[in-house]
Amino acid sequence: MTDSVSPLEALVTGRLRRIRRLRSVILSLLAAVTAFFALTLMLGQSFTPPGDVLQVLLGQDVPGASFTVGQLRLPRAVISVLAGISFGLGGVAFQILLRNPLASPDIIGVSAGASAAAVFGIVFLSLDGAAVSGLAIIAGLGVALLIYVLSFKGGVSGSRLILIGIGVSAMIDSFIAYALARAPSWDLQEAMRWLSGSVNGARLEQAAPLLISLLVFGGLLLGRRRDLEALRMGDDLAAALGVRVGLTRLLVIFSAVGMIAVATATTGPIAFVAFLSGPIAARIVGPNGSILLPSALVGASLVLIGDYMGQFVLSSRYPVGVVTGALGAPFLIYLIIRANRTGSSL
Amino acid sequence: MTDTGYPSLRIAGRYRLRRAAILLILVAAVAILCLMSVATGTREVGWSDLLAALQGHNDDVGQAAVAMRIPRTLLAAMAGAALGLAGAIMQGVTRNPLADPGILGVNNGAAMAVVIGIAWFQMSSAASYVLVAILGAGLTSVFVYAIGSLGRGGATPLKLALAGAATSVAFSSLTIAVVLPRNDIAGGVRSWQIGGVGGATFDRIEMILPAMLVGFLVAMLSARKLNLLALGDEVAAGLGEKVALARGVAALSAVMLCGAATAVCGPIGFVGLVVPHICRLLFGVDHRWLLPCSALGGAALLILADVTGRLIARPSELDVGIVTAFVGAPFFIWIVRRQRVREL
Repeated sequence: MTDSVSPLEALVTGRLRRIRRLRSVILSLLAAVTAFFALTLMLGQSFTPPGDVLQVLLGQDVPGASFTVGQLRLPRAVISVLAGISFGLGGVAFQILLRNPLASPDIIGVSAGASAAAVFGIVFLSLDGAAVSGLAIIAGLGVALLIYVLSFKGGVSGSRLILIGIGVSAMIDSFIAYALARAPSWDLQEAMRWLSGSVNGARLEQAAPLLISLLVFGGLLLGRRRDLEALRMGDDLAAALGVRVGLTRLLVIFSAVGMIAVATATTGPIAFVAFLSGPIAARIVGPNGSILLPSALVGASLVLIGDYMGQFVLSSRYPVGVVTGALGAPFLIYLIIRANRTGSSL
Repeated sequence: MTDTGYPSLRIAGRYRLRRAAILLILVAAVAILCLMSVATGTREVGWSDLLAALQGHNDDVGQAAVAMRIPRTLLAAMAGAALGLAGAIMQGVTRNPLADPGILGVNNGAAMAVVIGIAWFQMSSAASYVLVAILGAGLTSVFVYAIGSLGRGGATPLKLALAGAATSVAFSSLTIAVVLPRNDIAGGVRSWQIGGVGGATFDRIEMILPAMLVGFLVAMLSARKLNLLALGDEVAAGLGEKVALARGVAALSAVMLCGAATAVCGPIGFVGLVVPHICRLLFGVDHRWLLPCSALGGAALLILADVTGRLIARPSELDVGIVTAFVGAPFFIWIVRRQRVREL
């Protein structure tokens, strides 16, 4: 094996190397999420040894640990992971589709729309459970459609879509503020959920709709993975490669909005997780392949870490959205500065 | 046909007449809206009561209601004028059609400064509110403009708007983080944060009056310089203008105006965006006319928003911040659609 490697062989070995690299990245991210998950089960106000945690998970009754781990920490951690995956996957789908990291659902108002619908359903219509999720999905899709239609002017320009999204979300935010001010019992913690997202008071039953939405919408999205990757190179090239551009775009938006909306109906719009996961994953993976799965795992880690920090690291207890919001804003500013210098996206 | 040499002068004269007429109409509109604002609300008040109350009587419930609405109307007019004027100046200084104290996050910066002052420094005196708000608005403006103008291409509308949106999100997260552990101040801060003129008193109006007056004066004096800046930095410098200084002074007046307005009313968005654009349609781009017109238009818009908020949600009321967002956001979208926005 000297210099006499044929181009085809180089191509094949390069491709294999990239696949191996991507696989190892995904595995290590998976390990990280598992580690964070285990740590949040063990750590808290008091330390629970791993053995006890395992026994609780296996359904045995351990005095003391059964309540703290089984009732408090486990639902929280499970909901955090599921919501994080939903936000990460939905966010990166938008970013890839619109070829702009700033076009994430929490900046262009899709999450805000779902959140507004959830607040509306709870405060004015006294709905709960699946009805709220359904309303949030409809509103999220409606807002996505509205922004798309409004920014359509002989084609959709990414910048115009983002600016219009900012305008729409300003309007929705003021509606949320209004609805919250009209809520009969004014509870700041509850209000915080709909303003910036929180996993306080998570229950295991809430995991079911999240899981179903991940299976349905996530499966739909991952099934379109190759087409989505092709779309990164531009609509024309993708069409030339045999991708049905319109259908793919429709399915991707539908499934991304679905995931984001169901997660938002459960935890509120956890600030910036959808926006941050994609760019972070892209930096970890590099040019080695699809960032859909890595981004989902990054999202889960972000929510787990943010929630842990909000609860125990800072001086008083903050909901996870406040932490991720404070972390995400500097990153957004960094992206604005960088995007201009290099002219690149994501 | 004697002055055949200078047809442009005649046209200019005709324009001036038209502008003066529109200005007068605007003044009348503000006056009528003020009357409407004093007369309408949860409780209907008859003309006789209205007149009596305006003369200072305070004998029955109707007259008392009117007496309550006077400072509110006054505050709405002042805050609206300040925000409209600040928006016009910011659009002139940044030469950016999307500039607005709300979009650029300046109002949120002022609000966060006030909240931090309340929570950490036990700030309670009226004057300190105004001072801290102006300080917060100033720092935020510098910050957002610096981020928005970094890199190639300078401060494009998209970059400025994004920098403002990012800063707003960061500030509202931080504001929540400051307020959350403090249940004692949470309620007050929240209702103030939505943006309202409901709690107006003459004391509060008095405390923002000095800052507003100075802001107005400096703003009006900068009008000619803004006209020069509109020609582009090189041309303005070539005509003998100290560009950076002119920019700084004009921006300072805008900061004082929106800082003072935010100190009392909380962050109110979109007034500074909508009004200057409409005024530009009516008056053209001459800042000597545009600025006073924006002030009057802002006053009219905010009073109208306040009255609308009281009428829609009867018997309770809707805060002006919500009404202006619902009027302003579609307008923002319309401007974005009209403009050819550059790709980031």
